[in-house]
Amino acid sequence: MAVAAPSPPPQGQAAASAGNDTLRVTDAQGDPRQPGGDHIFRWLSLTAVLVMMATLLGLVLSLVSGGWMALSHFGISFFTTSTWDPVADQYGAAAPIVGTLITSFLALLLALPVAIGVAVFLVEICPQMIARWLAIAVELLAGIPSIVYGMWGLFVLAPWFAAHVQLPLMMAVTPGSWLETLISGVPNGANIFTASLILAVMILPYIAAILRELLMSVPSHMREAAYGLGCTQREVVMRIMLPYVRKSAIGAVMLGLGRALGETMAVTFIIGNSHNFPGSLFDSGSTISSTIANEFTEATGDMHISALIALGLVLFLITFATIATARLLLGRGGPK
Amino acid sequence: MTFEDTTTDHRTVMIPPPEADRVIDVHNLDFFYGKSQALFGVDLPVARNKVTALIGPSGCGKSTLLRTLNRIYDLYPGQSATGEIMFDGENVLDQAKNSEQLRARIGMVFQRPTPFPMSIYDNIAFGVRLHRSVSKADMDVIVERSLTRAALWDEVKDKLSLSGLGLSGGQQQRLCVARGIAINPDVLLLDEPASALDPLSTAKLESTLIELKSSLTIVIVTHNLQQAARISDYTGFMLLGKMIEFRPSSDAFVSPETQQMQDYITGRFG
Amino acid sequence: MTASKPTNANFDRFLHARRKLYNYIFLGLTGLATAIALAALALILETLVVKGVAGLDIHVFTMSQPAPDMAGGLLNAIVGSLIMCAIGMVIALFVGILAGTWLAEYGDGTKLATIVRFLNDILISAPSILIGLFVYELLVRPFHGFSAAAGGVALALLAMPVATRATEDIMRMQPNALREAGMALGANRGHVIRSIIWRASKSGLMTGALLSFARISGETAPLLFTSLGNPFLSTKLTQPMASMPTTIFQFAMSAYDDWQRLAWAGALLIAVAVLTTNIIGRALTRGSTHK
Repeated sequence: MAVAAPSPPPQGQAAASAGNDTLRVTDAQGDPRQPGGDHIFRWLSLTAVLVMMATLLGLVLSLVSGGWMALSHFGISFFTTSTWDPVADQYGAAAPIVGTLITSFLALLLALPVAIGVAVFLVEICPQMIARWLAIAVELLAGIPSIVYGMWGLFVLAPWFAAHVQLPLMMAVTPGSWLETLISGVPNGANIFTASLILAVMILPYIAAILRELLMSVPSHMREAAYGLGCTQREVVMRIMLPYVRKSAIGAVMLGLGRALGETMAVTFIIGNSHNFPGSLFDSGSTISSTIANEFTEATGDMHISALIALGLVLFLITFATIATARLLLGRGGPK
Repeated sequence: MTFEDTTTDHRTVMIPPPEADRVIDVHNLDFFYGKSQALFGVDLPVARNKVTALIGPSGCGKSTLLRTLNRIYDLYPGQSATGEIMFDGENVLDQAKNSEQLRARIGMVFQRPTPFPMSIYDNIAFGVRLHRSVSKADMDVIVERSLTRAALWDEVKDKLSLSGLGLSGGQQQRLCVARGIAINPDVLLLDEPASALDPLSTAKLESTLIELKSSLTIVIVTHNLQQAARISDYTGFMLLGKMIEFRPSSDAFVSPETQQMQDYITGRFG
Repeated sequence: MTASKPTNANFDRFLHARRKLYNYIFLGLTGLATAIALAALALILETLVVKGVAGLDIHVFTMSQPAPDMAGGLLNAIVGSLIMCAIGMVIALFVGILAGTWLAEYGDGTKLATIVRFLNDILISAPSILIGLFVYELLVRPFHGFSAAAGGVALALLAMPVATRATEDIMRMQPNALREAGMALGANRGHVIRSIIWRASKSGLMTGALLSFARISGETAPLLFTSLGNPFLSTKLTQPMASMPTTIFQFAMSAYDDWQRLAWAGALLIAVAVLTTNIIGRALTRGSTHK
């Protein structure tokens, strides 16, 4: 009990004893609890904001300055050649750049239809009791560290893929056909396609979770009006709900793409880490982030390090453009 | 609800209290939300130890006027006031630096109860500690006295350490009144304090206000005409950002002079 | 039967049947998509649990990194991860909560806030490996050595934007009436924020902290070239330090069965830690929004 008075005095007396004029602020001793007023706190919090922004600026500057040596030395050939030879100090980054783009777009291609299906199923079709639990599961899975996906790719997916997909396919195709060109490669399961597959599995819950939230944001009166006209579920979803969230949905997809572009660990395990320009879908390859992760700590010289940081700068520019577009499309409703 | 002023009666009727009795004196006040003007040359004399009620249809500017008196609009960039609000010999509008001390002397209670996320005791102590170092024993007395004056003490004396959020709406509102008077302001502003309360809580709040009048000056915004008539000494009727009629409540509701006020209190609009 | 019941001339039965058929196909496809997604994720989790539990024993928690074919555990990695995550969280929460507060309270409506908010959202999704490169240039290269401190800073930079966003979001949910009531008592803005708004946002801020923790505890890439890794138990902030994700990476890529077993055990531990943190965080939010 906060009030300690053993026997509360009559109320009128309590008021009188405290005295009305004991509390006039005009004769108070200042504000004991508000030292320095508002200004210190205001500036402190603004400083924190500036620290955040300094991070981004510092990131850009360090990538530019670190990669400058390689970029100025190799010029445009850094982007157009694919000789990556630390021994001869020759660096051309075409292979990892193309590898990054191919794996990411392939992953998106694989993940998107499934993610849309999942989101629609959860919002519009599945009973709400079950949907709520499934949705939580999907969101939690989006948070699993990517290294887990990478290990699964390396130890489970790659051997299975080599034995049950790659080998049979190689046996079956006609030698010399276009199909053979498309699927040629060492049959060990570590290749561009399996890397994309793992990336797809990884970004799937991420995209599905955002899409689900977008679909749930469609005002219920719009859905009801459409059902009231006799629309089927397919028509309500395809003609009303998806068009309604179209702009944000594209943002969600691009955010997923940004995630695939920058992902390191899920890919590094399984892409095969070859610097040759990938010749087929089942050829081993590399991405920007897998190259950096594999080589950075063992880099042989300043030019090698600079070339890797220049790769980082390229990755930054690609992802920045992607994510910035995504955020603009999503507005303020995007995920954390 | 918007109101089309279709009458031809454009008079302003002022029957103010004597100058010596005024604790706040507003002259020619304009108020702006960004570029749109909400108050037009408003005058408002507030008599000491009386209840002044501001009435008028929604959007007439009565809440805006109230919110200029303690400069609470400072919180929002883009809102500005010009004119004169004389309080204690100084123009409140020129005192941007001292708004904290100004608010200690002009307290405010809002439309919805706003208990802070802390115990009932700390809700009262919070404001007191802002302005004074007070010993625990003195604070106990202040808390009890404030709650007593707000007619809440008997209901909460056994649960002072519980969260203020656990009280009923009416109790929360009286807690806010207690919190406001704990720092001993000269003036208490109330912005439709009973609009979220049930009739019983409203009656309790009203009797609290009438008792507080002996030590405080009260300005209350209300859309409830009966309430204004019951508790106020002076009534200001506002319309479209202008003060139309200001006079003692004793005759304001019986014989309004302007056509607009006549229409309003007879329920023809609003 | 057409004679007995008047039919609506505008009602095309074939069209109706076709629409129904399409709808069934559509429903089937969404169900199939969900089944595929769940199956893939179940497969991954199953492998993780089976292999992870198989690798778990008491040594995992009591011994440090073994030589190949020797008994050993992940103690050095667990301790290292805890230390670096702690450094990261302290810095990130300090900066993030203040920055989020500025965005929600002081900066609201200003151009600077709009820009900061946008860039912060980009930082949230920025590839973590780039943060590693930045911290390498900032703290590793100038001091000629990998260090736990650099690893902690890298994690801090990753968690900071998440904490900022979470803080801003939760503080924006607090009603203006609460701010006005505090100011009406004569408190200044900063005091109202610290003793009323932060207090009202307590559970939300906790959730934000947990979500940022979940974000960084599984991060591998930025640690690879900041804290590097260390086969021995170390608590020196100026020296390289092991962490769970980098150790898992190293072990998983190795050719030794023992190391691979430990990698799976580590992966399970880290996944469980992240999932638990996420679940607690979400439960906290739900508790506060239902109030």
